[in-house]
Amino acid sequence: MTEALIDLRGVSRRYDSGPPALDDVSLTVAPGEAVAILGPSGSGKSTLLNLIAGLDKPTTGTVTVGGTRIDELGEARAARYRRATIGMVFQFFNLLDDLTVFDNVVLPAQLAGAGRGETTRRATELLRGLGIDRHARAYPGRLSGGERQRVAVARALMNRPALLLADEPTGALDTASGAEVRRLLTELHADGQTIVLVTHDRTLAQECATRTIEVVDGRIAADSALAPLR
Amino acid sequence: MSALSKVVRSGVQRRWVQTTVITLATAAAVTAGLLGVGLLVASNAPFDHAFGTQHGAHLTVQTASTKATAAQLAATRDADGVAEATGPFPVGQIMLLPPAPPGMPAPDRGSARGPVITVAGRTGPGTGVDRVTLTEGRWAREPGELVLGDGGLLVPVGTTVTLGEGAAAQDVTVVGLARSVSGTADAWTTPAALTALHPPQTGYQMLYRLANADTAAQVTAARQAIAAQLPAGAVSGARSWITVKQEANDQISVFVPFLLAFGGLSLLLSVLIVGTVIAGAVGSTLRRIGVLKALGFTPAQVVRAYVAQALIPAAIGAALGLAAGNLIAVPLLSRTEDLYGTVSLTIAPWVDLAVLAAVLTLVTVTASAAAGRAGRLSAVDALAVGRTPAAHRGQYAARIAARLPLPRPVTLGLARPFSAPVRAAAMVVAIAFGAAAVTLASGLATSLHRIQIAADHTGADLVVAGGPGGAQQQPPPGTGSRPATGPAPESTDPARVTAALEAQDRTGRYLGLHESDATVPGMSGTTRLAEYTDAPGWTGYALVSGRWFTRPGEAVVPTELLRATDSELGDTVTVTTREKTTTFTIVGEVFDPGNNDGLVLTEGGAGFRPDTWQVAVADGTDLGAYAQALGTALDPLGLAVHVEGTGGADELVVIIDALAGLLTLMLVTVAGLGVLNSVVLDVRDRVHDIGIHKALGMTPRQTLTAVLASVALIGLVGGLIGVPAGVWLHGILLPAMGHGAGVELPGVVLSVFGPGQLAVFALGGLVLAAAGAFLPAGWAAKTRTATALRTE
Repeated sequence: MTEALIDLRGVSRRYDSGPPALDDVSLTVAPGEAVAILGPSGSGKSTLLNLIAGLDKPTTGTVTVGGTRIDELGEARAARYRRATIGMVFQFFNLLDDLTVFDNVVLPAQLAGAGRGETTRRATELLRGLGIDRHARAYPGRLSGGERQRVAVARALMNRPALLLADEPTGALDTASGAEVRRLLTELHADGQTIVLVTHDRTLAQECATRTIEVVDGRIAADSALAPLR
Repeated sequence: MSALSKVVRSGVQRRWVQTTVITLATAAAVTAGLLGVGLLVASNAPFDHAFGTQHGAHLTVQTASTKATAAQLAATRDADGVAEATGPFPVGQIMLLPPAPPGMPAPDRGSARGPVITVAGRTGPGTGVDRVTLTEGRWAREPGELVLGDGGLLVPVGTTVTLGEGAAAQDVTVVGLARSVSGTADAWTTPAALTALHPPQTGYQMLYRLANADTAAQVTAARQAIAAQLPAGAVSGARSWITVKQEANDQISVFVPFLLAFGGLSLLLSVLIVGTVIAGAVGSTLRRIGVLKALGFTPAQVVRAYVAQALIPAAIGAALGLAAGNLIAVPLLSRTEDLYGTVSLTIAPWVDLAVLAAVLTLVTVTASAAAGRAGRLSAVDALAVGRTPAAHRGQYAARIAARLPLPRPVTLGLARPFSAPVRAAAMVVAIAFGAAAVTLASGLATSLHRIQIAADHTGADLVVAGGPGGAQQQPPPGTGSRPATGPAPESTDPARVTAALEAQDRTGRYLGLHESDATVPGMSGTTRLAEYTDAPGWTGYALVSGRWFTRPGEAVVPTELLRATDSELGDTVTVTTREKTTTFTIVGEVFDPGNNDGLVLTEGGAGFRPDTWQVAVADGTDLGAYAQALGTALDPLGLAVHVEGTGGADELVVIIDALAGLLTLMLVTVAGLGVLNSVVLDVRDRVHDIGIHKALGMTPRQTLTAVLASVALIGLVGGLIGVPAGVWLHGILLPAMGHGAGVELPGVVLSVFGPGQLAVFALGGLVLAAAGAFLPAGWAAKTRTATALRTE
């Protein structure tokens, strides 16, 4: 049996005194899977993604990614974990507007202390592969939404992460750009990239994911790998 | 509570960093400004009041009786520039022997020495120029009666003192004490009584009020007009009221330029901080401003809300500064009280109010200007601007920085100031202020230390003089180079002392000295004539101008003597001792502050017999062992060896050092808080970017590094601007302080900065920037990534 890349056990996340954002969630994701997490606003899907990314910590339960207990990591080790294991794509791109496309893409490698030559080679290869190499010296503010998201994907893949996390990657895009990104994620998955994406977009889930998980009120309501839970 | 009050209160409470910064900046500005202005007023008001009441003399001219008659001097009342004149009065310089303390034998008139004082013959306190104030007793009416100037010799009314020396000595009774603000004489008696005293030096004194006497040039012009009406060389001395005022206020005046400079620095820094804080508060709360306007706040109300957010902490800071300034002023003003006896130990209330009003007005104007943008923005624009990322500047700098062979967090930080140039410029200025203050205070401390060395003349290690046994003793503090015991016995053969010094192993330099009391026309009181075997530059005396004497007949004198006798280098000065009258050519001006007596330094002539020797030992010599051995060698000659002590630090120096330290600390703290405030705003503006960095794998340490690197350039540039500014201020301030004290400062006091020291100060800007940024950098490092990413 293949060892799970992601293993969440009994995870709850509670903010202040309100109802839990996540309530006793357990799930595993195997390497090479493409999982789409679906659910309405406020259902807890982004919280789930943040816990897997090491951006947040569960109130109870354990989060293990690539054999590492993420919920036990301090800030510095969590940052190193993100660098080495995670690539993140956000709904609003989260590109740094004062850096060029190239400088945005190489930033994760530079933070990891990678050599200049290797970094440049890798960034050039990614930009060319994603069809945005002509924008390398441009600033993100001058690109279309689809182009910006492709830059974000290039940046997320810079350190060859084992896991690509995408939070509403098509949420801020027009139809054409959304289709571009869907195609890109599908290709990445076809190349073996493990992907966990959070989305409202059922088309995206159907096209890119091999498995869908539906979260409602902080609990997993359905998991296509397990059949409906309700 | 009104809606506006609620908005103001929440603004003040939410922005505690900015509130603290404004409070401290205003406190520093008020404290330093209050001390500067308060002492400026205090140093002028009492003298001006007393001078006005006594109808003081703008100019006192003295002539030798052999060169001009009383009638000739009286005729000068019509000279150009003279508005009013009184005199001439006969004057004489004569030795005064006070009575022996109770239980002590009466002094021997033949050998006892006392101060030489200037006695004027006047029939009464006067009704014209220089209306002397009788503070006790009555005026002299007949021979044998004397009125003494109070505050000098502490001789009570009714005491009998001896005037003159040898066979001419006469006993006189002190019948009154009086005060002349113009300082025209040390004592008064009737003209007939003065003649009967047969003073060794006599002449006439004429007192003038001038039509224009505001500047030294105007007084000099009047003096020249008066001298032109008299026979050539008749004027033996002239004294300007400006000199008298400087001498009266020398200690308090020295603080004024220094405090005004710090006051100015603090005020400018305060304006900068208030402007930056309010502009920053407006810039970072545009959305809030939009909401307030959408809710119905008028532009004026919005501006008032932001001005009040500055005025509340500024008012608290001003109150703190007011209290601190008044407390610190007490020990300083007590010196003025010593001079005039009637001065309050507090700063004048109108000065308190004026400084308070000035600072708060400045804060209001600055805050209004900074908050003006909030008032002008339309509600829609404010809401739109508040949501939209600001236009991105500094992209070129970011691109260059990315290519630097430095860790990426460092290069990200280095490029940051170019993205917010106005904020960066404000930080540069704040750090420049801090660096300038540190440089200035350090230079001031070094200068004051050197002034003390030059004033005490403690360059010699040992003094050989007459005394009991050959034991080494520590002289009491403040005795300077003068030995604790008297000069060598007259029987001492100087050649034997020289031979003993030459024979002593590890003797470095030495010179022989003989000091005697003397009088100099134009100088009231005693002048000290110091005759040397060689120029005494190495003993601690510093030259202001000219050169040391190289032969007998040449003399070096302090600034006070040049002023009092209206002389300059190349002129001659006539010095009369008990033994002789000698005319010297003045070849140098020596720095000798705090010495109200005159001083003439010269080389001993033919037959010169030194009675004191100043000795410097070779480097690394055991001073105690050397003194022991030399003492043993000189004991048969009746000489003692005294190890020189530096004495305690002068109280004035201690106060200025402490004040400079305190004000510098305040300025540096405010500058550091200014940086902190700016970095807080910057971090708040960039929190989303920080979240992105963290999401991409930036560790807390790397975040800390990036924020600290973002102020590195700013600190360096601030230091590079502030340090030369501090050196420049020092170069302006020190001479001004010297003028306040009535002295010219020698180069050794003014040139105090070495290149290494300046480099360290410049790097201090970096340290200050890092210190100010450390706290917000820590906050940035600790910020939770998910929270930062959610922040708009």
